[in-house]
Amino acid sequence: MSAAAKDIEQKGDIRRRSGKVRGDIVTLAHGSGGKAMRDLIDDIFVSTFANEHLSTLEDQARIHLDKFNSNGDRIAMTTDSYVVDPLFFPGGNIGSLAVNGTVNDLAVGGAKPTALTCGMIIEEGFSIETLRRVVTEMKQAADFAGVSIVTGDTKVVHRGAADKLFINTAGIGVIPKSYDLTATKIQEGDVIITNGYLGDHGAAIVDARGELAIENTINSDCQALNHLIQSMLETCPNIRCIRDATRGGIATVLNEFAQQANLCLRLHEDKLRVRDEVKGMCEILGLDPLYLANEGKLVACVPADQADALIKVMQKDPAGKDAVIVGNVSASPEGVVVLSTVFGGDRIVDMLVGEQLPRIC
Amino acid sequence: MKYVDEFRDPKKAKALLKEINLLVDEIEITKERPLQIMEVCGGHTHSIFRYGIEQMLPDKIELVHGPGCPVCVLPMGRVDDCVALAEHPNVIFTTFGDAMRVPGSKKSLLQAKADGADVRMVYSPLDALNLAKENPDKEVVFFALGFETTMPSTAFTILEAEKQGIKNFSLFCNHITIIPTVKAILDSPDILLDGFLGPGHVSMVIGNKPYEFIAKHYNKPLVVAGFEPLDILQSLWMVLKQIVDGRSEVENQYQRIVPDEGNNPALDAINKVFELREFFEWRGLGSIDHSGVRVSDAYSKYDAEQKFSVPNLKIADPKACQCGEVLKGVIKPWECKVFGTACSPETPLGALMVSSEGACAAYFNYGKIDLTSLIKQREEQQAEEIINA
Repeated sequence: MSAAAKDIEQKGDIRRRSGKVRGDIVTLAHGSGGKAMRDLIDDIFVSTFANEHLSTLEDQARIHLDKFNSNGDRIAMTTDSYVVDPLFFPGGNIGSLAVNGTVNDLAVGGAKPTALTCGMIIEEGFSIETLRRVVTEMKQAADFAGVSIVTGDTKVVHRGAADKLFINTAGIGVIPKSYDLTATKIQEGDVIITNGYLGDHGAAIVDARGELAIENTINSDCQALNHLIQSMLETCPNIRCIRDATRGGIATVLNEFAQQANLCLRLHEDKLRVRDEVKGMCEILGLDPLYLANEGKLVACVPADQADALIKVMQKDPAGKDAVIVGNVSASPEGVVVLSTVFGGDRIVDMLVGEQLPRIC
Repeated sequence: MKYVDEFRDPKKAKALLKEINLLVDEIEITKERPLQIMEVCGGHTHSIFRYGIEQMLPDKIELVHGPGCPVCVLPMGRVDDCVALAEHPNVIFTTFGDAMRVPGSKKSLLQAKADGADVRMVYSPLDALNLAKENPDKEVVFFALGFETTMPSTAFTILEAEKQGIKNFSLFCNHITIIPTVKAILDSPDILLDGFLGPGHVSMVIGNKPYEFIAKHYNKPLVVAGFEPLDILQSLWMVLKQIVDGRSEVENQYQRIVPDEGNNPALDAINKVFELREFFEWRGLGSIDHSGVRVSDAYSKYDAEQKFSVPNLKIADPKACQCGEVLKGVIKPWECKVFGTACSPETPLGALMVSSEGACAAYFNYGKIDLTSLIKQREEQQAEEIINA
């Protein structure tokens, strides 16, 4: 080899070498499609998410059909965007939220989550160190849930065109043949179950924003529910339906159920679990915990004769240790959620109008 | 939760309801003329619905949900003024959250925000003052709203602004005062009220004396009431007891918060910073003499109405709305022609549908269960009318 050829090969090696991100902040160059972007992807995403699909760096992840066929007969698919402010809050962060939220959207349909995508929109000037933290949190949450993040996309926008960091994750999963969860299956006499304390996420975000100067210790309930739901369905395959009570809280989910099933869903206020800290915040701000967001709470309608067995199984899982029966289903008034108050009265619980709080997830 | 759950004890409620029923049996009441008790304050309305109190009471008692929701009685013209101020290029307009959705003649503050105005939600006027400090090149306007309950905090904020020499802060004053309005309601010929639950938080500031004319001149019992469900039941019992005994007095159920003489430092601050307007416009009730306050001359540099030009136009309430009749207890919320159809919390026509303390929104959100079928029925009826027409 000539000296010149050797020189070119050496320089090529240096160029090809998987890069390290330079600098402390994300710049427009990191989204330009050039070397800086490649370095960012290698150094932060590929090395952290580390899996066979991602490391091939193709434009798409390729998942063998066997992986689906052996587990069920339908593919579940979902997507969600995460714009929470602040990015880090007690009990979670935008990274863990982006994984758990999408995993839960799959899981509540009975699906076993298989793979996630990760699309990031980053504001110019965002700290590389923080980005690394977020991605590490995503990896940890994905590992816990047992899913891989198999493909992704990064865009960097001008300062002010986005606020710090937005994440979109899409997910696919497989639904086993025997499961068919849908609100139209709810029947008179069924009972309503949740897996614990309501409103923690919404309250934690209000708290974390520090606008209220309330000293508090509320942690978000941000957690993956897929393992819990799997054991629930193994115990009781004919659970009517499950949904995760995110924005709009348990009230919104129950209203959707009541309308789809055209039945009356009645909650018993004395059975609902709400932490004192959350109650206190709601008293001060005039919020209703029934409408506060959760990020790790499911609501399920189940046959009454299997409720106790289900609660027992749920309580064995850390995500379900506070599981409790909160209500029951009756025929009328149709399509309405009613709350029997602690005080002995009844009232309608309607859908939320407007927003209780902005940018909570 | 300590200090709260004690006031929501269902066993005590049952005992109180039993006593209430006994008293009601002693009062001569006909179907055509049920006993009407007005809770003046929107906070009471909210509690009554939230805990389902109305359905627990004997049928012979009718609760009339009074004018004590400052958001609800805000006239459209004032909302238009807010929007005009908010759309001023150099202004940061600050407001309590529940005023954001009140409809003006063209838009609400929420819509103005979506159109690009800098409208920010604050939890206290001091937050607005801090914003002014942080943004010295901007003018921060605070939307001052509410009865005597919120007046002191606004007044103290102005005093603080002066102390700190902050010049880029002002308030758009919509503070109103409850007494003249209760008097106006008592003077209107179509009312049938038998007694009042007095507003607990207002009384915490003004004390109990200002209500005495209601007992003395109008011979109506008034009980200053707390906001927990047991407070409300006990206060109702106290009103009924007065009726049975043939008394009409001002009594204080909310003694743990309300001193008879009120709060003097708060009253001093109010008197320093505000002065009575000759009249103020109330949504649904019209213009009421001496029912609002403005920033006094001594502090006029903090008055947004002096600092900026506001349109200050009087806009008539939408014709279909019967907010005024609902406020006076002449009709029930669901008897309004547009309740639940043209006017709902999603698309409020009348202000009573906007705030969670408004009687119509409370009925719509928490209402008696048969209301759902009533709305359905009315929708079908209206659809039929359209088809027939």
